[in-house]
Amino acid sequence: MVTHDDKVFKALADASRRQLLDRLRKKNGLTLSELCDGHDMSRQAVTKHLVLLEEANLVTTAKQGREKLHYLNPVPINEIYTRWIGKFERKQVQALHNLKQALEESNDD
Amino acid sequence: MTNADFIYTTYIKSTPEKVWAAITNPEFTRQYWGHDNISDWKKGSDWKHADGKGGSARIIGKVLESNPPKRLVLTWADPADTADDSKVTFEIDTVQDLVRLNVIHGDFKPGSVMATKVVIGWPLVLSSMKSLLETGKAIDIMALKQCGSATVKETAA
Repeated sequence: MVTHDDKVFKALADASRRQLLDRLRKKNGLTLSELCDGHDMSRQAVTKHLVLLEEANLVTTAKQGREKLHYLNPVPINEIYTRWIGKFERKQVQALHNLKQALEESNDD
Repeated sequence: MTNADFIYTTYIKSTPEKVWAAITNPEFTRQYWGHDNISDWKKGSDWKHADGKGGSARIIGKVLESNPPKRLVLTWADPADTADDSKVTFEIDTVQDLVRLNVIHGDFKPGSVMATKVVIGWPLVLSSMKSLLETGKAIDIMALKQCGSATVKETAA
């Protein structure tokens, strides 16, 4: 049986799909054409990836006129996060994440 | 038509009536959202997201549309900065044996501070609501929210 979690992990296990999510995180509500811009992938390939992301509920779409807009939906990722990280660990994990980010940012200077 | 900046979707093993109650009944919202949602939920009425027992409001607004158990549209603002208001739409429908809840947050003012806060808040609130409705147990959302304020300094200390 394919569970919803399987779909989420499968959808995330691909660099192109993660890249599409990164794009939506930077700018939400993009059309298919906008998502194709600046990508080496064909329109068909992007469409295929978006279908998998939608099935995993990582992307939500809304119609605006004739356009279909794509939105990043991080709710399933949050569910995975809360499943394995206990309430007392969260602060420590967040602090480590912040530390890593701060250290990596200072490397860029 | 709402100018949607964010759309959050969650599928919940529940009924539309229960999901509607989870948004509009303070007994529910207190458990998974940390505060009480208070209003008569009629079009034109005020609503607030407030500390329990008549405490101070965290979010205030008006009910723009109310069609239980399908659709609720609210304005949304920090009482300390009501000029930075925005609009939230809750859409509840059923897909096979699941309820699909869409939370559409948009119409933010340019440079909105609230927009930066809701991107952290909504995924937590919706995961917690799903957990409460499906398992009877909510996520300790206040503990999670504090994570955002954990700083590198605290790690060093």
